Amino acid sequence: MVPELGQFALSLALLIAAAQGILPLAGAARGNAAWMRVARPAAQGQFVFVAFAFACLSYAFVTNDFSVQYVASNSNSELPLEYRIAAVWGGHEGSLLLWVLILCSWMVAVTVFSRRLPEDMVARVLGVMGLVSVGFLAFMLFTSNPFERLLPAPLDGRDLNPLLQDPGMVFHPPMLYMGYVGFSVAYAFAISALISGKLDAAWARWSRPWTTVAWLFLTLGIALGSWWAYYELGWGGWWFWDPVENASFMPWLAGTALIHSLAVTDKRGSFRSWTVLLAILAFALSLLGTFLVRSGVLSSVHAFATDPRRGVFILALLTLVIGGSLVLFAWRTARIGLGGRFELLSRESMLLTNNVLLVVAMGTVMLGTLYPLVLDALGLGKISVGPPYFEAVFVPLMAPALFLMGVGPLARWKKASLPELAVRLRWALGVSLATGALLPFVMGRWSALVGFGLALAAWIVATSALSLLERVRHAGSGAELRARLAGAPRSFYGMLLAHVGIAVFVAGVTLVLGYQLQKDVRMAPGDTVELDGYTFRFGGVRQVDGPNYVAARARIDVTRDGKPVTTMLPEKRRYRVQENPMTEAAIRTGITGDLYVSLGEALEGDTWLVSVQRKPFVTWIWGGCLLMALGGGLAASDRRYRVAVRRRDEEEVAVQGGLETNPARSET
Amino acid sequence: MTDLAAPASRLRLLLPLGIFVVLVALLGVGLTLNPREVPSPLIGKQAPAFSLPQLRAPEKTFSTTEMAGRVWVLNVWASWCIPCLQEHPYITALANMKIAPVVGLNYKDQPSDALAWLERNGDPFLLSVSDIKGQIGIDYGVYGVPETYVIDQRGVIRYKKIGPIMSDTLRDKIVPLIEELRGD
Amino acid sequence: MTRALATVLALCLALGAQAREAAPAADDPVLEARVMALASELRCLVCQNQSIAESNAALALDLRNQVREQLRAGRSEAQVVDYMVERYGDFVLFRPRFKASTFALWFGPLILLAAGLVLLFRRLARRRRTGEAELSEAQHARAARLLEAGRDRERR
Repeated sequence: MVPELGQFALSLALLIAAAQGILPLAGAARGNAAWMRVARPAAQGQFVFVAFAFACLSYAFVTNDFSVQYVASNSNSELPLEYRIAAVWGGHEGSLLLWVLILCSWMVAVTVFSRRLPEDMVARVLGVMGLVSVGFLAFMLFTSNPFERLLPAPLDGRDLNPLLQDPGMVFHPPMLYMGYVGFSVAYAFAISALISGKLDAAWARWSRPWTTVAWLFLTLGIALGSWWAYYELGWGGWWFWDPVENASFMPWLAGTALIHSLAVTDKRGSFRSWTVLLAILAFALSLLGTFLVRSGVLSSVHAFATDPRRGVFILALLTLVIGGSLVLFAWRTARIGLGGRFELLSRESMLLTNNVLLVVAMGTVMLGTLYPLVLDALGLGKISVGPPYFEAVFVPLMAPALFLMGVGPLARWKKASLPELAVRLRWALGVSLATGALLPFVMGRWSALVGFGLALAAWIVATSALSLLERVRHAGSGAELRARLAGAPRSFYGMLLAHVGIAVFVAGVTLVLGYQLQKDVRMAPGDTVELDGYTFRFGGVRQVDGPNYVAARARIDVTRDGKPVTTMLPEKRRYRVQENPMTEAAIRTGITGDLYVSLGEALEGDTWLVSVQRKPFVTWIWGGCLLMALGGGLAASDRRYRVAVRRRDEEEVAVQGGLETNPARSET
Repeated sequence: MTDLAAPASRLRLLLPLGIFVVLVALLGVGLTLNPREVPSPLIGKQAPAFSLPQLRAPEKTFSTTEMAGRVWVLNVWASWCIPCLQEHPYITALANMKIAPVVGLNYKDQPSDALAWLERNGDPFLLSVSDIKGQIGIDYGVYGVPETYVIDQRGVIRYKKIGPIMSDTLRDKIVPLIEELRGD
Repeated sequence: MTRALATVLALCLALGAQAREAAPAADDPVLEARVMALASELRCLVCQNQSIAESNAALALDLRNQVREQLRAGRSEAQVVDYMVERYGDFVLFRPRFKASTFALWFGPLILLAAGLVLLFRRLARRRRTGEAELSEAQHARAARLLEAGRDRERR
């Protein structure tokens, strides 16, 4: 009964989404206010029905209703409650339902936070989002119905993949989807601006907070995925350039470029068509990611169970949505006129260069990910493109971008002077080079690559500090200092924090890759092994019963200079239903590094293969991402985005009408 | 204002769309391909020579040189392999056609288990050899079971089938190929 | 804390007679390091997307053993790689070989970057060539009024 209600709710949601997609857009085109007013209640109604459907599916999981095919495939009566709930999005159908639920949440957010936007813009934005929703709801109802029945119902389910039975799994997909789906808002704003022809600085200002929030969720989602792989997969890796990982990284790169491009369009009115294209690109990459994971086109550890029919549907959806957007882009962009002028050396040109670097990096990741497919499709053989390729090409591309990240915020808008910049930057440059040259010695061994990475990280921190210092320079009293600091907009602090986050990330990656240590040893009870000053003592293995698994748990006592540090308990688990063995590593986390111990195979007697690792500063990788996300949040909460719109509207119109004196200029 | 929307600029605006169309076409073709199938680089090359103990008579060896001058089929199988059981009737049918002898490569298996399997299901092979460690399998680029090779009179591998042979592969690929090779 | 310390010390003393430095898992750690380095560049063919260094599948173990045996027998890394490619094709390599069909892959990033930068600088240069907009007296006044109004609103 409940699953049928859920399915019915989805069908109703589809109808509402269709209404939401068609009426407001038509209404905005014809100036029909009644049709435009359909947008907000339609979005809210859709949310109610999709949330209800989601609740029905969750209910089926919680009550172990194995007559529902999806529940039978992904759950089990022994599965702990929290994982039964997480299992709702553990498979293809349920994750789609989560996708649509999050899309509806963003739509509702748009209805709430758009009181001050012009009605026709809101109508168009919600209309476009409604059309996207139609696509996904149709996809679900026609090819991937989570409520399909399995009769006769099995006595018990096939259990959730043990790899997914983990707290990280609970949050990783929702965060990721918040990001992917959030880009649909920026996309909808861009499309709506293309349709209406009002592609101005105001549009950019409205889009910015939405894009930044989506971006910060995507950052968190990717970081969570990486962290989860680190502690869950059992051997200490945290990024594998796997096709599905790349599929989430590409929209992140495009989204980062978009945030910066929107900043320029907002402040200077330049780059308008480029920004629109980036908005379309970011969402297109989100959709592409959805396609790649579910279609079976690429081989990946992350891929959902594949079905060519689903692949065809998503590809068709992708073609319609993005193809249509690009046609609209080509058709309407030609009418866009002015933009602010700027010199070859200016903040605008540096931001634009960084955009190019980010987009080229994204293109490179796409090239590496899809190249095997290209060759196979052309009959030129089968190759693999793995981490060695990506590592070789990605770092050289990102290094200049990181360098520019330091210079850009200090450069003036419109026209910057190289000699002046050089003078201001010389201390920062000195500090960075010194850090790069000297810090590796502190870590124990000099390495050019480590020095380079640390120098870049130091450069970013030093230039950010310089940015801050210059703001408060010549401040006389403490009161004036505080005033100056308070006067800086939140987006400034957000930028600093996010950039420092990147520096922390770069430092973490550099130090871990440069100085990680590993020893694989045979241990019998009482044996010790020494690594990086720590002594690991094997205390034997005993059997432990979990809720739905049996584990062999080892006890490892760790000491340093004779003083006890911690006890680590790595496990080798066998989940009762799916019977695959899982390695649960024991990790001791610290700011300066992790101790990572995992059990290998059991050997004769009570000897086991044990892998002991030291990972210096590895938490800085995810810590840096967290700082980036916080910076994004801070920037998005800047009050300037919430300035009243109505009066500005008049001014905007006036400005546009009056100052356009030079029609013979083309636009970027 | 739009005077300068010249043809060159229009073309540039259509470039993203063009790239997108190519991408979609590529992905569409990709839906028809299998990303995990590994084609063999050994096709057209000499079959790696080996000399292994026979399954039924371990004191005797069988060597690839014994098949010189004949078209023959090498089938990689194991008693623990379920698809091997599915293709077994077709292997038997092929052997019964008597157009080419089928030699079994018993891959990473216990001889006792292998013999029991043949007892239970029938032995279509001219003979089987034991590749307990899987070394010869690696030589042949085997990465799963079952796999089947068609080898010509000069010892050159002409065809490799990955996965179980079903009636269509037998009828459309293997039998015609063997007959063509024998006609030479 | 002190009690825990005492317990640990006691345990250590009790088991001290049996405690010893654990033997490395591999017989020859130097060789093993070479094996793992090479193994991380070779694809596990029965896994979704892992190297034979990461995977514990039967084929991965077999291939790792192959690599170890061959390196131990004195063959070079390049020879072992060739051995694998001869049997499994280019698919087994995670670092694509440089050949005609991978030209676009290896040079692609550079070409994309060059194209991007060239387009960028041509655009920027074209902007400079067009003249500066001259504002009339009335437009200057209007701009000043708008700026003033904006500043008032920000203060509020």
